[in-house]
Amino acid sequence: MKEELFVTARSNALIDPSLHIWTWEVAMYLFLGGLTAGIMVFAATIALLKKDEEAPFAATKLALLAPVVLSLGMTTLFLDLEHKLYVFRFYTSFQVLSPMSWGAWILIVIYPVSILQILSTLRSGYPQASPYVDRFAIGRQVLDWCEANRRQIAMTAIPFGIALGIYTGILLSAFSARPFWNSGVLGPLFLVSGLSTAAALVALVARKHSEKVLFTRFDLGLIAAEVALVALFIINLASGTEQQLTALDSIMGGPYALVFWVLFVGVGLLIPLVLELLEIRGLARRVAIVAPVLVLLGGYVLRQVLIDIGQESNWTKYDTQYNAELLQRLRD
Amino acid sequence: MKRREFIKVSSLLGAGAAASPALLLGGCAAKPLPGTGTVSTTPTICDMCFWKCAGNVYKEDGEIWKITGNPDDLHSGGRLCTRGTGGPGAYLDRDRLKRPLMRVTIDGKQTFRETSWDVALDFIADKMKSIAATAGPERMLMLNHGAGSSHFRHLLRAYGSDSHAEPAFAQCRGPRDVGFRLTFGASASSPERTDMANARCIVLIGSHIGENLHNGQVQTLAEALNNDVTLITVDPRFSVPAGKSKYWLPIKPGTDMALLLAWMNVLITEDMYDKDYVERYTVGFDQLARHVRDYTPEWVYLETGIKPDVIRQTAREMAQAAPATVVHPGRHAVWYGDDTQRSRAIAMLNALLGSWNRKGGFYVPEKVSLPNYPLPDYPKPKARTADAYPGKWPFAGQGVTNGVIEASVGDDAYFKGWLVYGTNLPQTVPGIAQQLEAAANSLELVAVVETMPSEMTGYADVILPECTFLERYDDLRNSGERHPSLALRMPAFEPKYDSKPGWWIAKQLGKRLGLEAYFPWNDYAEKLDWQLKQVGSSLEEMQKIGVKNFPRKTPLYFRDGERVRFRTPSRKIELYSKQLADKGFEPMPVYTPPDPVPEGFYRLNYGRMPAHTFGKTVNNPLLFQLSPENQVWVNPLVANEWSLKNGDYVRLGGTNGVVSNKVRVRVTERIGPDSVFMAHGFGHKSKRLRLAAGVGADDTELMGNVKVDPIMGGTGLRASFVTFVRERA
Amino acid sequence: MTRFAMVIDTKTCIGCGDCVVACKTENRVPDGLNRDWIVEATQGKYPQLTTEFRSERCNHCSNATCVTLCPTGASHHWAGTNIVLVDPDMCTGCKACIAACPYDARLVMHPDGYIDKCTFCHHRVGEGLDPACVSSCPTRCMHFGSLDEPSSEVSRLLKTREYKVLSPETGNEPNVYYLI
Ligand SMILES: Nc1nc2c(c(=O)[nH]1)N[C@H]1C(S)=C(S)[C@@H](COP(=O)(O)OP(=O)(O)OC[C@H]3O[C@@H](n4cnc5c(=O)[nH]c(N)nc54)[C@H](O)[C@@H]3O)O[C@H]1N2
Ligand SMILES: Nc1nc2c(c(=O)[nH]1)N[C@H]1C(S)=C(S)[C@@H](COP(=O)(O)OP(=O)(O)OC[C@H]3O[C@@H](n4cnc5c(=O)[nH]c(N)nc54)[C@H](O)[C@@H]3O)O[C@H]1N2
Ligand code: SF4
Ligand code: SF4
Ligand code: SF4
Ligand code: SF4
Ligand code: SF4
Ligand SMILES: [Mo]
Repeated sequence: MKEELFVTARSNALIDPSLHIWTWEVAMYLFLGGLTAGIMVFAATIALLKKDEEAPFAATKLALLAPVVLSLGMTTLFLDLEHKLYVFRFYTSFQVLSPMSWGAWILIVIYPVSILQILSTLRSGYPQASPYVDRFAIGRQVLDWCEANRRQIAMTAIPFGIALGIYTGILLSAFSARPFWNSGVLGPLFLVSGLSTAAALVALVARKHSEKVLFTRFDLGLIAAEVALVALFIINLASGTEQQLTALDSIMGGPYALVFWVLFVGVGLLIPLVLELLEIRGLARRVAIVAPVLVLLGGYVLRQVLIDIGQESNWTKYDTQYNAELLQRLRD
Repeated sequence: MKRREFIKVSSLLGAGAAASPALLLGGCAAKPLPGTGTVSTTPTICDMCFWKCAGNVYKEDGEIWKITGNPDDLHSGGRLCTRGTGGPGAYLDRDRLKRPLMRVTIDGKQTFRETSWDVALDFIADKMKSIAATAGPERMLMLNHGAGSSHFRHLLRAYGSDSHAEPAFAQCRGPRDVGFRLTFGASASSPERTDMANARCIVLIGSHIGENLHNGQVQTLAEALNNDVTLITVDPRFSVPAGKSKYWLPIKPGTDMALLLAWMNVLITEDMYDKDYVERYTVGFDQLARHVRDYTPEWVYLETGIKPDVIRQTAREMAQAAPATVVHPGRHAVWYGDDTQRSRAIAMLNALLGSWNRKGGFYVPEKVSLPNYPLPDYPKPKARTADAYPGKWPFAGQGVTNGVIEASVGDDAYFKGWLVYGTNLPQTVPGIAQQLEAAANSLELVAVVETMPSEMTGYADVILPECTFLERYDDLRNSGERHPSLALRMPAFEPKYDSKPGWWIAKQLGKRLGLEAYFPWNDYAEKLDWQLKQVGSSLEEMQKIGVKNFPRKTPLYFRDGERVRFRTPSRKIELYSKQLADKGFEPMPVYTPPDPVPEGFYRLNYGRMPAHTFGKTVNNPLLFQLSPENQVWVNPLVANEWSLKNGDYVRLGGTNGVVSNKVRVRVTERIGPDSVFMAHGFGHKSKRLRLAAGVGADDTELMGNVKVDPIMGGTGLRASFVTFVRERA
Repeated sequence: MTRFAMVIDTKTCIGCGDCVVACKTENRVPDGLNRDWIVEATQGKYPQLTTEFRSERCNHCSNATCVTLCPTGASHHWAGTNIVLVDPDMCTGCKACIAACPYDARLVMHPDGYIDKCTFCHHRVGEGLDPACVSSCPTRCMHFGSLDEPSSEVSRLLKTREYKVLSPETGNEPNVYYLI
């Protein structure tokens, strides 16, 4: 028998009995950040491919969602902060080695880029709103400039969108202390998942049939890529350290197996994959909204599951001798 | 006569809602670094246990900060133990007694009500006067433990009573001290006079130093380990020192006597004892040699489970290192009821090794000869404590708690009134639950001086709130040590709430009893200053240095070939005890096997855990958060049999029908399959102890097979059995 | 970088927890939170057993992933040493550093919300004193000092005794050593 236990009661808030510093707020942020990335990339891609006709929503209206979704994400991120008044400290330094610092600054750049993206199709996308801008000479000039430079703006938005999407994954994979996250696959996986959720979003809300089909096709490809990346991720962990193997156990029959395989892989990836396949063959039309909803759900579940398992995966694990709830008496 | 019902301590809970504990710090982000405010220090003597380490109390900006050891102090070696470092928690505890409380009857229900000091003290003094007048002052009994006791012993002796008992005797060191006195004519002292730092071989029999945190013992044992001492630990449980030992002897519980006799057998048959020492200083060697002849390692193996070659090998290790071998006398020696004899066997083994008062064995402690403050003589008491239980326990040199409690039950009981100071009898003396209740019913007075709402306060007529050791003067510490030293306890803070120092309470009672002449000081500082000036110091000096060391006047050890007169009738170390024989006891320690374990039961083993001192620190907010509950240690085989998992809660049942509070299971190989183990001091029933109430199990109430030592009255606590009681779902 | 190290002798550590209480009082660590803690590791089967006690805390890693991943610079190495500190005024409470520490050595200061941890008592080290835990340990099994000085107690112990660090595979280069 091997016993390894705390002999002094340790019940550090959010740390014990296992790390639970991040809950839905951060998962939601990572999800919305990825979605934002996808939105920017698709709005830009359509502009570059000049498919305004085929995909009018993505071409002219989609971009507006980027700052909205991102702001929602930043709100949940803010909610997660423990020392909220000091949030401005993200912007009083730049830490080259910290993906989170990169992320904070990327977010700052994302906003202007996505505004430019919106402005470049404001007149066509939001004719009710554009007159308010057109009323002012400077507004007019800006809109004119943006329309004229729509291509250049799109070409800027794509790398920034991709950076945003990848960063949400790198953010986690940079934590060597959390064996389950410590895989280079997370960046691409999160990017692809972000793109996939954005495609699903368009497929869901676009009115035009050709657009729905186009984005369902995109999504199909992306889901397929995501399945491959998930497989890669698991292979990656399986060939990793002892701690990574232990972490992997939690989805291989461990406590998270059900959420991971059924909810994420099954409901979030495979079912929509099949449904979308059927859809583009013209079948299963009546349930067309199901697949994109599941993809969006799957995108969120992926982050949540990763957040949860990653925090529980660790290098040091001690039993605790004491019932930590007793310590609550100190506060009663 | 008035009848008293035991007041459910919970009935007090309503009073006074909780203020937020001072330790829950709030504040802005940038807290100043510790020690950057105005810092001052005050000397103290730690009162978290009875080892009495000297230390310094640090205040920062008037608030308590920390307590550290005094570097000039031998008891602490400049460092306090876990509990001593947790001392601020005693001062900060929000559940402290705050004002005097009186038992009153409201609507036919008894409860405690806050009262003034005057009312409370008048009440006690009136009762004491009436007891003195009707029954005699010696019928007023003091039950006490701890440093502040001296003020009240003084009061009672001035009043005419020398009747007193403390659990440190019949529940603790009694058998050891009697056994050593019978053998060497001197006790093993407190602090124990072991010279462990210089030892080359140390034998711990039970003593779980490391869990038992008596500071000086821990420090000298660690020093010895650093010097690669040969440590031999005899313990059925894999204790902390067992884990540091060269030899761990996982003995069958209760069979130590056999092992001790076998060791002596080996020393004698292999001719390894210290012949010169034995010849020079002892009587009765021949009888001893004859007596241990049959206790061969082979025979003893069957009893103890310790292999013959291990018995021989460890005996040889002891002999090789002798006289720098300490066979530790232990401290909490009340085990199986034959404890005086076991302690004698330990003493005799040391005598054979020639380690008593030899370097690396034991040293000769020396005190400061500190004059008493000039006061009138005490009146000569009409009776001794032992007169309360005539004919019993002839070698009990002190009052026997269990004896005096028994002599307090019933309207015709010997004792009529109790003054209880600093001892929590319900958790401390096993098997007295009913007696305590009955005694509380029949006594005319039960006054309890306490800092905390302990279980004992539930039996009181009057509860007097003493301030903690950090808020008062007490007598100077003057215990025997490697060299003489004095240490000062002084107030670092004003008493919190309406609590008062013991010396003040005693003086106020004295005044009411017409004993002013015995309390001439307005402040105890005057008395201390006078005493200190007699030995060339002063209160002023001591307030600065806390500890004053004096040079020794006598040698630390016996000199080679020195002639020594031991304080025994024969003036020798008595291997054969004529004293015992004369009173009808065995002159030589005899092994009797322990009671077998009943089917389905386990031996109830218990001991210390480092974070706590008995039950008195469980509610200390600093120490509570270190170890909030005790666990019952269960061997995996037993756990399997009862389907117990690590972390489960179970209840334990004693052979006396008592079912314990629920206690968390720790499945561990550190205990054998015949026993369970738990730390003593948990399972508090007093609801006013808001942290400690109801956590863990109380070993005391489960003890259904207490074996009283016929020689000195000690209550053998290791002979009881428990089983698991399944929780109903 | 000046390297300060703690060297703890598991041969004499008794798991008493004095170092934990000393830290709590010295540094006024709020109720229920701990900058250090004791681990007991027992192996074997009765009666063939070994037990090791370890007093654990932040390892003040030379390669501190908590510092690397902190987005604001609140977590930093103090004054050219390996001592890792958190500046509460710079800390957003994003908890990246907590996730970044393989030893779970950090804590959230409740109710304030900034991150706290063992400081190696730099306020004492600056004055030439041992950390509070080290100077309270009754068995004197804890040692503190600079590894850059070959004559220091810690250097000497690491030269003459066998030792280990916790999970060296993390690559964090921890600076709390355990003599075995
Ligand atoms: N932290 C802390 N330290 C304390 C105290 C405290 O409350 N807390 N109290 C102090 C006081 S007043 C005292 S008296 C001392 C007591 O401390 P010690 O004198 O050291 O304690 P014991 O009760 O003699 O020994 C307890 C050990 O005996 C073992 N044991 C049980 N049964 C047997 C047996 O049959 N044979 C043998 N050989 N061993 C057995 C137990 O497993 C346990 O390890 O501790 C002192 N130190
Ligand atoms: N079952 C079982 N029984 C045992 C033991 C055991 O291990 N198991 N151990 C035995 C031993 S070795 C001993 S020494 C005894 C100890 O027995 P006790 O001395 O009775 O020990 P505690 O239970 O700590 O009770 C001390 C009481 O003093 C109070 N007190 C603390 N500080 C002060 C103060 O400054 N002033 C006043 N007035 N009161 C104060 C505390 O609140 C507490 O209620 O117990 C013995 N009984
Ligand atoms: S041994 Fe510990 S609790 Fe006892 S007096 Fe010394 S420091 Fe205080
Ligand atoms: S104070 Fe020393 S002996 Fe006690 S647990 Fe800490 S390191 Fe170990
Ligand atoms: S132990 Fe953790 S908190 Fe401490 S320096 Fe290393 S990584 Fe940072
Ligand atoms: S919580 Fe504070 S110290 Fe930790 S990474 Fe975030 S900003 Fe840095
Ligand atoms: S070095 Fe200081 S801060 Fe760190 S654990 Fe020790 S006492 Fe606490
Ligand atoms: Mo004791």
